[in-house]
Amino acid sequence: MHPAILGLATIVVGVGTCLAYFYFSNIVLDRFIFPAKGPNAGRNINRANVVRPWLFLFPALFALTLYLAYPVVETLRLSLLDRDQGNAFVGLANYQQMFADPKFWEAMRNNVLWLIVVPATSTAFGLIVAQLTDRIRWGSIAKSLIFMPMAISFVGASVIWKLVYDARPAGTDQIGVLNAIYIWFGGTEPVTWLTVPFWNNFFLMVVLIWIQTGFAMVILSAALRGIPEDTVEAAIIDGAGPFQIFFKIKVPQIMTTIVVVWTTITIATLKVFDIVFAMTNGQWETQVLANYMFDKLFRANDWGVGSASAIIIMLMVTPILVWNVYNVRKETK
Amino acid sequence: MADSNANRDDGAFPKAARQVIRGIFQSAPSGGGIAGQKSGLTWAVHLSVLFLVFLWLFPTVGLFVSSFRTGDQIASSGWWSSLSTQELQNPAIRLSGDEVQQGDLFVIEGNIFEEPGPSILSWGTSSRAIDAFGPGDTSELTRDRTVTLEADGSFRFTALESQEGSRLPRVFTTTESPPEFTFENYNLMLFDENNSEGMARAFFNTLTVTIPATIIPILVAAFAAYALAWMEFPGRALLVAFVVGLLVVPLQLALIPLLKLHLGIGIGKGYLGVWLAHTGFGLPLAIYLLRNYMVGLPRDIIENARVDGATEFQIFTKIILPLSFPALASFAILQFLWTWNDLLVARVFLIDASGQTTVMTNQIVELLGTRGGNWEILATAAFISIIVPLCVFFAMQRYLVRGLLAGSVK
Repeated sequence: MHPAILGLATIVVGVGTCLAYFYFSNIVLDRFIFPAKGPNAGRNINRANVVRPWLFLFPALFALTLYLAYPVVETLRLSLLDRDQGNAFVGLANYQQMFADPKFWEAMRNNVLWLIVVPATSTAFGLIVAQLTDRIRWGSIAKSLIFMPMAISFVGASVIWKLVYDARPAGTDQIGVLNAIYIWFGGTEPVTWLTVPFWNNFFLMVVLIWIQTGFAMVILSAALRGIPEDTVEAAIIDGAGPFQIFFKIKVPQIMTTIVVVWTTITIATLKVFDIVFAMTNGQWETQVLANYMFDKLFRANDWGVGSASAIIIMLMVTPILVWNVYNVRKETK
Repeated sequence: MADSNANRDDGAFPKAARQVIRGIFQSAPSGGGIAGQKSGLTWAVHLSVLFLVFLWLFPTVGLFVSSFRTGDQIASSGWWSSLSTQELQNPAIRLSGDEVQQGDLFVIEGNIFEEPGPSILSWGTSSRAIDAFGPGDTSELTRDRTVTLEADGSFRFTALESQEGSRLPRVFTTTESPPEFTFENYNLMLFDENNSEGMARAFFNTLTVTIPATIIPILVAAFAAYALAWMEFPGRALLVAFVVGLLVVPLQLALIPLLKLHLGIGIGKGYLGVWLAHTGFGLPLAIYLLRNYMVGLPRDIIENARVDGATEFQIFTKIILPLSFPALASFAILQFLWTWNDLLVARVFLIDASGQTTVMTNQIVELLGTRGGNWEILATAAFISIIVPLCVFFAMQRYLVRGLLAGSVK
């Protein structure tokens, strides 16, 4: 069957099944299990209303548990097994093996670099753009254009930036803009930027910063607009300059939003895979954890170490997870 | 200050969050305010925004322009110079034409270019002096032969004896041509059936992955969100916390266990697997977004409906779903962009050894490996994959912003 027809059929079947499930399960509940008539009508209605939320929740909870909660446990279990020994329990041997791998430490170092640089830079740029565009007439267009990379895939962005970093032999016209500028400013040899160890990490980070700045800008722009104008006016009357107003009045008031943006970008950064995979595939010391994991899982076929490195990513996310859950619990109480 | 006050006083009520969202992509009501007071600063603001926009657009425009240039053009000059005239050193062209006798001279006239367009800046008859002459000059060769070459490429060759049977001289030219763009790359990548690297199939595969993977989670999540927002039951707060917790679980953890599961229950690698995976991974955000939105709907409407005897199912389909349209649209866009742009999930759950089910992101990664230097192919392929999300982005930006605002956990 042609995939497009299959897809269409899946939409119809999927949506139909969902609707049918919700519709008929409610009917079964109300008409047959706890009918709202006869001697126990009142009690039956109450009982039906106790069960009903779970009817509504069941498909989602089932999918969430199977596709996200169970894998966390299963990955943890796999990280303690060795597939080559018939899934024998090997304790922390996979972790020991991973910690002895210099590539892993390279990935760790790079990930930490990414975590320091990308969220900070994106948030800072986002804040600057949000503030600058707030009061100019064509600010909305400017925001739209800076926001645009959000819609571009990491792979597409990688191609875009690979062209920027392209290098041609010395003496010919450079078609990568970075080398063109470098030569124009008096550089003699064009540089293959992505192969310069250590610094190439930053050239990869630029891609993610380019994408995430728009996100930071949008959220922070909304926060800036939410600031009560009288606080700003009071500061102007007291003789504060524009920079003082920005740093001492506005930024403190949107601090919680800044933290939210920061953590959201941090999570995105931790999981970064496509950019490294498409641009260098971890060569020239640009490995990161997610790509290291992919390498172990699908090239080396080493599920033990692969799972162990996935658990490391999970551990790095956990503080944010706990903090989010804590805040939501506080809110709903 | 006065006019900005007047503007604010129009609304006696504090701005609702929704108005703030609407305002993000509208310009500020007045030019007054902090920046407006010092004109020097205003200029600095305009210039720096202009600079930032330029910086952000430049790379994408580069890709776009490159996708309309031929491989030779891309390789010989930067895309930023493609809009100006192109100066090009052509390979040697040998004169040819029919000989006519005029008096005691044997003359050959013609044009060295097959198509008009380029104009000659300088030329020469020897590879050691390719720019010896300007247009209109006459070069005197050995054995009393002469060549005159005009700017448009027309030449006049004269000799004292017939050149029948002997080779005519070559000319080396440096020309400048007007900017030239072509649709040939798109033709090759989209409509050429013999091109095994084409994007047409990958495009349809991506579409096939994306649409069910966007629609199905919405429905499942909407019911759950309604229960979490408006139904009383023990453990509700705990379930909300559970969903928020899953929001940040890296999907890297799910790869192996789920692939094992899919292979175990016979789904294997294929569309069904990738739809299920995208549904599972999209659900936490969907439930979270929709629940937050539904909680904010007015309580009266729902309670009135309950009093009037509507069942929960009716309340949900007739009242909640239509009212939640903005939140549904927000999530739909986020999920659409995410599934369209995804590489990892498709590689793990969809693409098998046959390669028949490749998606565009994967196709591009493979082209990056095999055709790393062929920028006309890469740029075109990348732009084909980018154009759909870009259209969705510009058409539905407002909903996207709303979704992002609601989706970043506070």
